[in-house]
Amino acid sequence: MTTTAPAAAPATATSTLDLAGVSRWYGNVVAVNDVSMSLGPGVTGLLGPNGAGKTTLLHMMAGFLAPSRGAVTLDGRSTWRNPAVYRRLGLVSEREAVYGFLTAYEFVLATAKLHKLPDPQAAARRAVALVELEGAQDRRIGTYSKGMRQRARVAAALVHDPQVLLLDEPFNGMDPRQRLHMMELLHSLGDAGRTILFSSHILEEVEQVSGTVQVMVAGRLAASGDFRTIRRLMTNRPHVFAIRSTDDRALAVALMAEPSVTGVELGRDGLTVRAGDYGAFTRVLPKVALARGVRVRQLIPEDESLESVFSYLVEA
Amino acid sequence: MSTVAWITARGLFGRRRFLLLLPLPVLLVVLAGLSQGMGVEPSDWGQPVVVGLGLAVVLPVVALIVGTGVLGAEIDDGTVVHVLTTPLPRWQIVLPKLAVAAGVTAATVAAPLFVAGLLADSVRLGLALAVAASAGALAYSALFVAASLLTRRPVLLGLVYVLIWEGLLSNVLAGSRVFSIQHYVIALADRLAPTELLHTTISMPLAAVMTALVSVGFTLLAIDRLRAFSVAGETS
Repeated sequence: MTTTAPAAAPATATSTLDLAGVSRWYGNVVAVNDVSMSLGPGVTGLLGPNGAGKTTLLHMMAGFLAPSRGAVTLDGRSTWRNPAVYRRLGLVSEREAVYGFLTAYEFVLATAKLHKLPDPQAAARRAVALVELEGAQDRRIGTYSKGMRQRARVAAALVHDPQVLLLDEPFNGMDPRQRLHMMELLHSLGDAGRTILFSSHILEEVEQVSGTVQVMVAGRLAASGDFRTIRRLMTNRPHVFAIRSTDDRALAVALMAEPSVTGVELGRDGLTVRAGDYGAFTRVLPKVALARGVRVRQLIPEDESLESVFSYLVEA
Repeated sequence: MSTVAWITARGLFGRRRFLLLLPLPVLLVVLAGLSQGMGVEPSDWGQPVVVGLGLAVVLPVVALIVGTGVLGAEIDDGTVVHVLTTPLPRWQIVLPKLAVAAGVTAATVAAPLFVAGLLADSVRLGLALAVAASAGALAYSALFVAASLLTRRPVLLGLVYVLIWEGLLSNVLAGSRVFSIQHYVIALADRLAPTELLHTTISMPLAAVMTALVSVGFTLLAIDRLRAFSVAGETS
């Protein structure tokens, strides 16, 4: 089984998407708050928990939402009320909407015609091949799996060979093979000089696809830059564990002496331990327990949700 | 046929709601045929069947189903984004959709109205009704396509217009007929084939001007709204 994505053609020109102090609110609810960033060629991940404002931000980038404040520009021109930007921009939205009554080839061909491409048939064939849908291209999209529909939409978004491609949660509904293929395709497009931005709430997805990441939390840009630096920041944050043992008091005393532990609270239902170094604490805990003859009955990391990780980044 | 019109027509005929178009025109022909076949005088059945059913119900309801289907349904299910993420000027999206809506509505309504007019009076009345209904189809379609961009519930808004404004108010308050497409159609048909079956206080010139104004005005409004189309709702 191969998962090699067809190589994307080198971009004839590169584009830059700029956001300057962009905010968007709905009544009293602030969905996006004063976000500034500049996206150039390569793959960038837009990471954040559900409700962080990623989709709102992508819609503003794609010209489907007016910023309440600030400006979104593609190569210096506003994306809002400017259909001409779609000559250089492609969008794969999160919503799974697709013309189920068309075949994938008809759908991509129609998109090529709407772009008024000189050879729409050739462009459609190339785009369908890029997402490996040739085998199913003559079947109605209504009969496709979720992952196949997603690939059909990606093919339509790529048919005019845009310099900028925005994808909202593109890996949703894909099986592992399709996911790997999509990741390779995005890599290939980024390497060929396209500006690719994809959103995700899954850390590992972003890690595998992009070196650069923009992290959004509660509408704000919480972190921005090299993925490894941000990952380190996430790993080295304080961690909270709930522990129940055969002798909570003895274990608390022993743990307080450990350098990796920054705080211990003894409660009715056991211990709450704050650790400054996740790895060191999880290595030392069994040793300490064994040395004191204490049996650990329960060890629960209390704040491992992605939301808490992101919240930490905001405070950091 | 433009690609937008092709996708619109495929989408329209591919949805089950298209089947809703069939019963009303059939009912119109059946009622007219039955009345004529049973020997009822046209002066007795002509007005309620041709105007009461044909122009007051069949035409606006078919226009509502089709007019909100060509754009409102795509906005509802999100597929409109595929057409909008192309560099097409927005008028090149609205006009083909409007053409499909008006064409399908006219084709669906004109034939049964022709038959009803023929049975009630003459070929001339049949043709007059078909022509006037086609003009009305354009005006209604422009209204309902624009409504799809003005509200998330265009069908509800359309029903309020058809049932409350045209069905109730324009029968009670003569002044409100100035804004009733149904009365424009009656005035146009009456001018083309004068008959006792058609009555309205709207003059033919006013009807012609208002039909054109409504058609052009709501088309321009739809184009402007589509230029500023926002994807709503999601904040994730």
